[in-house]
Amino acid sequence: MSDLAVETSETETKIRPYTMNFGPQHPAAHGVLRLVLEMDGEIVDRADPHIGLLHRGTEKLIEYKTYMQALPYFDRLDYVCPMNQEHAFALATEKLLGIDVPLRAQYIRVLFCELGRILNHVLNITTFALDVGAITPALWGFEEREKGMEFYDRVCGARLHANYFRPGGVAQDLPDGLIDDMMAWTESFPETLNDLDNLLTNNRIFKQRTVNIGTATKEEALDWGFTGPMLRGSGVAWDLRKSQPYDVYDRMEFDIPVGKTGDCYARYLVRMEEMRQSLKIMQQCLRDMPEGHIKTDDYKVSPPPRMEMKRSMEAMIHHFKLFTEGYHVPAGETYTTVEAPKGEFGVYLVADGTNRPYRCRLRAPGFYHLQALDFLSKGHMLADAVSVIGSMDIVFGEIDR
Amino acid sequence: MNQENTATALETLGKYIQSQTDNVVTSVVSSKAELTIETTRDHIHGLLVFLRDDALCRFKQLVDICGVDYPDRDERFEIVYHMLSMQHNTRIRVKISTDEDTPVPTVSDIFSCANWAEREVWDMYGVMFADHPDHRRILTDYGFDGHPQRKDFPLTGFVELRYDEDEKRIVYEPVELRQDFRVFDNLSPWEGMTDVQLPGDEKAITQEHGVKPENPSEGIKQKIRKGGQ
Repeated sequence: MSDLAVETSETETKIRPYTMNFGPQHPAAHGVLRLVLEMDGEIVDRADPHIGLLHRGTEKLIEYKTYMQALPYFDRLDYVCPMNQEHAFALATEKLLGIDVPLRAQYIRVLFCELGRILNHVLNITTFALDVGAITPALWGFEEREKGMEFYDRVCGARLHANYFRPGGVAQDLPDGLIDDMMAWTESFPETLNDLDNLLTNNRIFKQRTVNIGTATKEEALDWGFTGPMLRGSGVAWDLRKSQPYDVYDRMEFDIPVGKTGDCYARYLVRMEEMRQSLKIMQQCLRDMPEGHIKTDDYKVSPPPRMEMKRSMEAMIHHFKLFTEGYHVPAGETYTTVEAPKGEFGVYLVADGTNRPYRCRLRAPGFYHLQALDFLSKGHMLADAVSVIGSMDIVFGEIDR
Repeated sequence: MNQENTATALETLGKYIQSQTDNVVTSVVSSKAELTIETTRDHIHGLLVFLRDDALCRFKQLVDICGVDYPDRDERFEIVYHMLSMQHNTRIRVKISTDEDTPVPTVSDIFSCANWAEREVWDMYGVMFADHPDHRRILTDYGFDGHPQRKDFPLTGFVELRYDEDEKRIVYEPVELRQDFRVFDNLSPWEGMTDVQLPGDEKAITQEHGVKPENPSEGIKQKIRKGGQ
């Protein structure tokens, strides 16, 4: 009898891992992430992210569009920082076309990329804080974020889906007064940053939830293809804006913050400092921006001014051809990258000499970061998996494409 | 000047890789300041290890793996590996080719990040990866059939789904378009007129030979496609 009792208790101690579904509708999943967690009690044994619920076939669609029509798809990838991705596509197309961009356009692009970086980091840090239990940063941060969106609105007419950059420059010049207003904003925004800093950086609960959670060493970060703040949080000083500068980044003075510990807290700190550096870049852009053209004057690539079309037949034809046929890009291939707020966003563009891309591969940083969720959250509690997801800066638009 | 320097440096690096790896590299091309090397399926694993560990390469990060479909080739798929060396601030592109049936050796044992990237190539192109630890689809729906990024997969797909109010569940149905799917390539009839045939040209051909093609518009479409590529 006693033997039997021992046997049953032995079989009972072998607990089957409890499989749990996290998402796809969960506020802390930052989108439509279905996470299948195998739990050993409250410890995560294995995390299996099921992605693709937001897959729209962007790469396939782009193959059926002209280069000009393809650009708006980039807004819809990482919809938190649309212009940074447009930048990658514009640079790739320019490289294949072999055209130069006027200096003023380069300044405008850098200016709005850095604004995008700040907006992205504000969203990430505040929602990350929300995930780990702090609601005030989200309320304060979003108000400030909305001001940044207004600048987007003023320059291109849309808060989110900008469609502003073009191969060869930008769509239109900055409206009157925007430079002054942006300058004023860059001077007032550090206050918000200080508020966030006060709320979070030394907050006991925030630190309990993030320090030593989801740690990746340098080697692991490289092995898993981390880029951006995820990589720098692990102590690798690598930023494409410094190492492979594009547009006017080589004229800018800024520092690259690097984390020491590689945990969720380090990534938070890196993002906080990056925002301050971005403000510095924005101020330099606003101060040094020269006058001049905002897009290339090669009318085979960029449309002629509206005024000219009223009088010049040639301009009219150029306009008509550009918006029906589009421009032909010489055959060739390029892999062009930008330092998007989330990491290295790359476009592998294969052109076959027609007016449409033969293949347009989008290398999304979040795709590779999310893949590492399994090893980052292994051995942590369930609630820590939420911290890890928050610190990864996940946006499903770019992961599922 | 600077660009010329990088171009020569890349070519030197390409030649170095070629000489060091027992000529498993079949071609080295450096264009637009980007280095592309080609190899064969069997050697990709060894080559990536070499590129990662060699002192002059140190391509420690596998940035991306993607597929490209060229239906006209014997081995229609090209698998493209992009690598980054932070130490030398260089990028390299490694290409191999394969077809629908021949598996490619996985590199997920040397670069962990290759796991999902290879799954995506499998999902989108149907290229198999030998010894892959987790050979599942990744982006498409559960139970999806076909490989959507192949050039012969229609943009509209084959099935569509909707919520059925009567059955109270999602139902899958064959795609039904209200209007035929149309591709406006808008290719200019004036520029680049070499051997491109345009709609209407078939009349000239039939008059010459005196035979009517069975489906004229289809024949012309094919010709345009061939001419365009």
